[in-house]
Amino acid sequence: MVLGKFRKGLERTRNRISQALKRLAGDQSAEISLEALEEILYTADVGPLAGELLEEVEKKYKKGDFSGTGEMPQFLRQRLSGLVQGPDDQAKPLSRADKGPSVILIVGVNGSGKTTSVAKLVHWYQSHGCQVLVAAGDTFRAAAVEQLTIWCQRLNTELIRAPHGADPAAVAHDAAEAALARKADVLIVDTAGRLHTQKNLMQELEKVSRVISRKIDGAPHEILLVLDATTGQNAVQQARRFQECVPVSGLILAKLDGTAKGGAVLSVGRELKLPVKFVGLGEQLDDFEVFNPQEFVDALLEPQEA
Amino acid sequence: MLENLTQSFGKVLDRFRGPGKLSDEHIAEGLREVRRALLEADVHFKVARDFSKNVGERLKGEERLAGVTGSQQVIHAFHQELVALMQGKGEPANLPKNPGHPMVLLLAGLQGAGKTTTAAKLGLWLRKRQNRKVLLAACDLQRPAAVDQLVALGKQLDVDVHAETPGQPGVDPRSVAERALEAAKKGRYDALVVDSAGRLHVDEPLMAEIASVAEAVQPDATYLVLDSMTGQDAVESARSFSEHLDLFGVILTKLDGDARGGAALSVREVTGRPITFLGVGEKASDLEEFHAERLASRILDMGDVVSLVEKAQEVVDEEEAAQDYMKLMEGRFTFEDLLSQFRMLKKMGSMKKIFGMLPGAGKMSGLLDQVDDREIARMEAIVLSMTAAERLHPEIIDGRRRRRIARGSGMEVSDVNRLLQTFHAMQKQIKSLGRMMKGGGRSKKRLIKQLSRSGQLPPFAPPGRR
Repeated sequence: MVLGKFRKGLERTRNRISQALKRLAGDQSAEISLEALEEILYTADVGPLAGELLEEVEKKYKKGDFSGTGEMPQFLRQRLSGLVQGPDDQAKPLSRADKGPSVILIVGVNGSGKTTSVAKLVHWYQSHGCQVLVAAGDTFRAAAVEQLTIWCQRLNTELIRAPHGADPAAVAHDAAEAALARKADVLIVDTAGRLHTQKNLMQELEKVSRVISRKIDGAPHEILLVLDATTGQNAVQQARRFQECVPVSGLILAKLDGTAKGGAVLSVGRELKLPVKFVGLGEQLDDFEVFNPQEFVDALLEPQEA
Repeated sequence: MLENLTQSFGKVLDRFRGPGKLSDEHIAEGLREVRRALLEADVHFKVARDFSKNVGERLKGEERLAGVTGSQQVIHAFHQELVALMQGKGEPANLPKNPGHPMVLLLAGLQGAGKTTTAAKLGLWLRKRQNRKVLLAACDLQRPAAVDQLVALGKQLDVDVHAETPGQPGVDPRSVAERALEAAKKGRYDALVVDSAGRLHVDEPLMAEIASVAEAVQPDATYLVLDSMTGQDAVESARSFSEHLDLFGVILTKLDGDARGGAALSVREVTGRPITFLGVGEKASDLEEFHAERLASRILDMGDVVSLVEKAQEVVDEEEAAQDYMKLMEGRFTFEDLLSQFRMLKKMGSMKKIFGMLPGAGKMSGLLDQVDDREIARMEAIVLSMTAAERLHPEIIDGRRRRRIARGSGMEVSDVNRLLQTFHAMQKQIKSLGRMMKGGGRSKKRLIKQLSRSGQLPPFAPPGRR
């Protein structure tokens, strides 16, 4: 991802954290440092994981491991970036079908940013020379289909849609057939937002995925869960429940352009080993970048160069 | 709803209940647990810190009191602090009366918080509960098809919507809001609910835009719509919105999920404004009024019988509900009661929601997860296969009777066992709550007072009655 833009998104975060880190690096007693670190981590939504990290740091302080300034922040950077994975290949963040269309299923809770992420992903694929087809699988929310229609008009891409209230699995089925018939490179299937606690809706998702897999070999090739960066510790629960229902293959971390730090994604990464594939950084179509864990943590903890 | 939060507190309280007498170590240990529970629940770091400190101080002060048990002290202290935190200073203000003009409500919030859905829910609530003629104004001109969404929701609910086509000359949020207000006055509407575009709180131009909408329509109440899953950033956005807008209250959404809802505590603290409504489901009728006292009780795992009764009020009449309530308090909870609950449930909505309001629900939440609405029918079938004697005296149900009941209802014996377990857990919790209520005459009175008021005291007063 482009470091500049990403950093701009995290600027506020970084400023606050770097201030706190300066305090950390100063000649203060370990206790004051730990207190500052505690605040940094918790206010970044790192959650219960912060408690463990603090214990580690405290132990290391007691053992005298952090003698020079900057050693502790350095330790933290390594420790944190080890918790969250990005795509194995930065140039090829998403799996592709060997032949025929690659199918990407987009899932998430209400209001997490699915439809906008779909639009951004279409744009990303298009800029990589792919022909993209979109399926409007959110037949539940009023005017969701219209919202996607407007995006697809802007993106000049074909949308497979059905009337409000139609069976989303049927839409997915039709879209898969259309993708085969049109020889599209990529089919992106949007779905209705659903709280992960709604059992019947989660089952519906499983059905959508099954219908696609019957139609196209190896599909869906990616199931991406869209997480709102402002979400707190519930993110882990969301990811867990979605993964129980369909084989989620990665995350899109949306809305990382405010002051929210997205620290909950560290817990998600650790607990569920789900890589973050993309980050959403703004309202524009190209405010969307491949996730890089090192840069994410660097931007969060501000390296010494500043 | 809020089960996890309740569950955490349940665990903490169990620790306190055990030893009986409170030592400094117990307080310290308990406070660590409380603080961790709060942080896990997404309560803001500083709010959690201050909160546990306050509780600690209160506990120390109360230790010298004689004649109360440790657990009573702790429950009392937690309860007091939680209520204080949720209410802040002062009672929720009533809206100024504004005769001859529609009451104007403006909704603001981050993207994806649930503003448009809430606008529709609020419109329905105003019509159903306050008998108003409602107009919705579609002023989110930014998100594609947001206007269409509100129009579609209005059609579903039979609530009028003032909508204009985005992108046309002269169609900007402020002008649309102004014209909607004109239309509301002309059409003799009682209430105007203004939806707005979602925005990042760091986006100055957009914050200025909504401030300008507010200036144009002079809302009687501006609500911040907040996603209950929000993490630490809730504090930042609440602060930013309250700097730009004169917030009246907060609407907490998506509480039908399993988010622990700690953001509610933080936002109350930061804005000083009350949480007024809760969004608790996909249906337009899933909007509840918020009561700090009730949420505190729920967190303390005492359940929310009052809220249950209120919800039931739309179905059963008040007197009947009061009788049920008193009966529950006395601990005479039988399968006949459960059966009438089931019947009420069918009219009222989700099983889980109702169980969530019952005492001890937090501890049963593992079980609750397995319960869906279709199970009501199955559970009802089991109860219906019981004899009258079995329903009134469940203790006589032995193995043979269980087999008969299972056969009669077409279920497995294990299903019958599960229902009996649930029933016993509920019975036990209700009994202990009843005992607690008997002990404290004042709190009982307060609860009953709340009961008699519920539904008749909306969170804000209607403007001039004509």
